[in-house]
Amino acid sequence: MKEKDFNTNYVPTWCPGCGNFGIFIALKNALSELGLKPENVLLVAGIGCSGNGVNFLKAYGWHSLHGRAIPTAIGAKLANKDLTVIVMAGDGDSYGEGMAHFIHGVRGNANITYITHDNQLYALTTGQSSPTTDTGTKTKSTPDGLIETRANPMSLALSAGGGFVSRGFSGNAEHLKNLIKKAIGHKGFSLVDVFQPCVTFNKVNTFKYFFDRLYNLDEKEDYNNTDITMAYKEALTWGDKIPYGIFYQNERLSYGDHLEQLKGQALAKRPIKVRNIDQLTREFA
Amino acid sequence: MQNKNNLTWKIAGEAGFGIKSAGMMFGKIFMRAGYEIFDFTEYPSIIRGGHNTYQLVVDTKPVNSVYKYVDVLVALNQNTIKYNLVDISKGGVLIYDSDKVKVSAANLKNNSVEGIGIPLTSLAKEAGSELMRNVVALGATMCLVDQQLAIANKVVRENFSKKGKIVVDNNIKALKLGYDFVKNNAKYEFKCQLPTLKPKDNILITANEALALGAVAGGLGFYAAYPMTPSSSILHYLAKIASKTGIVVKHAEDEISVANMALGASHVGARAMLATSGGGFALMTETLGLVGLTETPLVMVNVQRGGPATGLPTWTEQADLQFMLHAAQGDFPRIVMAPGDASEAYDMGWQALNWADMYQVPVIILSDKLIGEGNTTVPKFSTKNVKINRGKILTQTQLAKLKDYRRYKVTQDGISPRTLPGMKEGLFIANSDEHDSYGFSNEDSQNRIDQVDKRYRKLDEFSKVMPKPLVYGNPKAKKTVVFWGSNKGVILDAYVSLPEKIKTKIKIMQYQYLWPFATEFTNNILKSSKDILLIENNPNSQLGNLIAQETGIMIKNKLLKYDGRPFFREEIISALKKF
Repeated sequence: MKEKDFNTNYVPTWCPGCGNFGIFIALKNALSELGLKPENVLLVAGIGCSGNGVNFLKAYGWHSLHGRAIPTAIGAKLANKDLTVIVMAGDGDSYGEGMAHFIHGVRGNANITYITHDNQLYALTTGQSSPTTDTGTKTKSTPDGLIETRANPMSLALSAGGGFVSRGFSGNAEHLKNLIKKAIGHKGFSLVDVFQPCVTFNKVNTFKYFFDRLYNLDEKEDYNNTDITMAYKEALTWGDKIPYGIFYQNERLSYGDHLEQLKGQALAKRPIKVRNIDQLTREFA
Repeated sequence: MQNKNNLTWKIAGEAGFGIKSAGMMFGKIFMRAGYEIFDFTEYPSIIRGGHNTYQLVVDTKPVNSVYKYVDVLVALNQNTIKYNLVDISKGGVLIYDSDKVKVSAANLKNNSVEGIGIPLTSLAKEAGSELMRNVVALGATMCLVDQQLAIANKVVRENFSKKGKIVVDNNIKALKLGYDFVKNNAKYEFKCQLPTLKPKDNILITANEALALGAVAGGLGFYAAYPMTPSSSILHYLAKIASKTGIVVKHAEDEISVANMALGASHVGARAMLATSGGGFALMTETLGLVGLTETPLVMVNVQRGGPATGLPTWTEQADLQFMLHAAQGDFPRIVMAPGDASEAYDMGWQALNWADMYQVPVIILSDKLIGEGNTTVPKFSTKNVKINRGKILTQTQLAKLKDYRRYKVTQDGISPRTLPGMKEGLFIANSDEHDSYGFSNEDSQNRIDQVDKRYRKLDEFSKVMPKPLVYGNPKAKKTVVFWGSNKGVILDAYVSLPEKIKTKIKIMQYQYLWPFATEFTNNILKSSKDILLIENNPNSQLGNLIAQETGIMIKNKLLKYDGRPFFREEIISALKKF
């Protein structure tokens, strides 16, 4: 499989220069380099600009409700563990409408990969503040500046027990490709939060903004991404310098691997027959 | 000693007194002796304290309803005298814990009740612990209604077996102390003898458990839920048997997650079901629309309680019918069915999975607290009639022959063959946006019309095979009683107890399927009826409104109850006599 084998005939509806393109190229290259076939990939997309990408990726697709991509992906993965299940949703979807699912998804540790397109605002609805918008930012919904504190996906994921907590940047597609490959390879819930500048509505968090600030944890000397104390410290770093890469990785048994009934053949592939309930009815006799 | 064909027993006290456990044991004892049982619990939404009651009807014939008045009331606390003394029928008996409960002779006389004071606390302590007052009372009742202790001993033993030998032995002792007290201490006016019966191949089960078992038989693969009374016992039961049946049972973080998880599992090919009550269903409504638009099979169970909002969490009502018909924005086809009792719930468990697969629509099973949490005796379930129909799912071979697979292909019957993720050449998007025949987002006018019409054709197709409403009684009668759901038990029980000359004038129509609506059948039955009586557990006659909407027939004669209690048999008998 080559990267172009994951293309559909659907013409992308993203703005020219949109950060989503970088994520998509990285994703397709990652799938291709992992030797995955479109029919074995289930892409569960949220609602927003990023979610529309479900139309542009050749794979099985599920275009979810806003905020609900994670539970759908978990259900699908538990029922068919042979599928590579990837969730793709924006920051509003992930940390606004879907925040509860995000936290519980991390806790549950089903073996899915969660890629957030984090442009720090709502773009498809034309530019309102999102949970990851910086405090004080003026947007259409916060003309006097955002009052709330910025949600921090890295520290949230760490405190929820995240086993793969990472941040990518759509301006570095090669790094992002490798990050996504590692995330897919991680057996458990893997978070890849991706800075993805919105060229139309976000005039602050631009490509230049990130080029000026980002430093790569994967290349940082003495950084140990299995040390949760170091991970917290980096997760809380924000401002003039912002880290990206793998903050923390610590594999533990995934949700499905805990279940005795999921050993062997994938649930959805087992023949469905009438079950004998004689034994079960005895309890009621 | 009086001979009786039925006995109503009620035990009451605070939550934490073992009311439920005593009731369950009582039911099992009499079931194993060959009797039929129906039970009904009243409890507030708290764990300790509050006032709990457990009422059981024991009958020689099948029974599916409760009476307002009971033959024997067991009072474990003073509040029982305050609240439930009036529930005893004239000539009935009150068993009370004379160590803790006071009742005046005048009070008993005014209610025409015989009082039997038993030192339940002292006897329980003698057996090992005050906790066993419920079992002492159980033993006393066994003697009063002239039952041997053999079966009771066995049931008590089984009930406490997990708690170890000492607990078992103590409870057996408590049972005997209660029994002997009645035997040795007094001559009571109230002593009744039920006819001796041969044990039957029955089970004692709730509609919640029956529905779960039906789904298990029908190949359920994935079940998700969030605890909500009165649906939680489905979750408890399935969670308990999950690993041995191979079913994945997921207690998710909220009902929205529940619905979407189940949907994800169904999308990849597992048979999926969820259950909740009205409030949880409200959270699932957006997802219900997604089920409709993506045409993913899903069975959604709503075990109703009193609403709206938190409402009456532990009481019964039938006020979600119109909600089920209309939940979610937009217009899309759905199937809504309602079991009348545990046997119907069992059948609907597997049938709903089939309908969901065959028509690729959400199938809603609308049950309620009365049958969902009430135990009833039914013939042991068989899988003889259970069939599995997965509808149109393409095989890999069939797919290979197709050059151009379209998941949402516009077909004559509206049903488009599915593929499951993992199949080659079967790619598609299950899309919450309106989509073209491949599943790609598409907002064109003609495509929209084609897809909407295609989806609705599935419902027309289902209407052709949908079971018609059931008709009981004299089919030629001009008086027609109309109902749906759990009122089946009380209406039919009341009906069979009526004199022949009244029975012959009445027929009774039950809607098991509420949507799509059996318009033609309803027209035929109701237009040929002279009088119609509608019976529902809601304040606004929701089935009546549906009938009016679909047929123009306005039913004026309505018996509606919405105090959280089920209809008592006395109420229906009286209504049918006046009808």
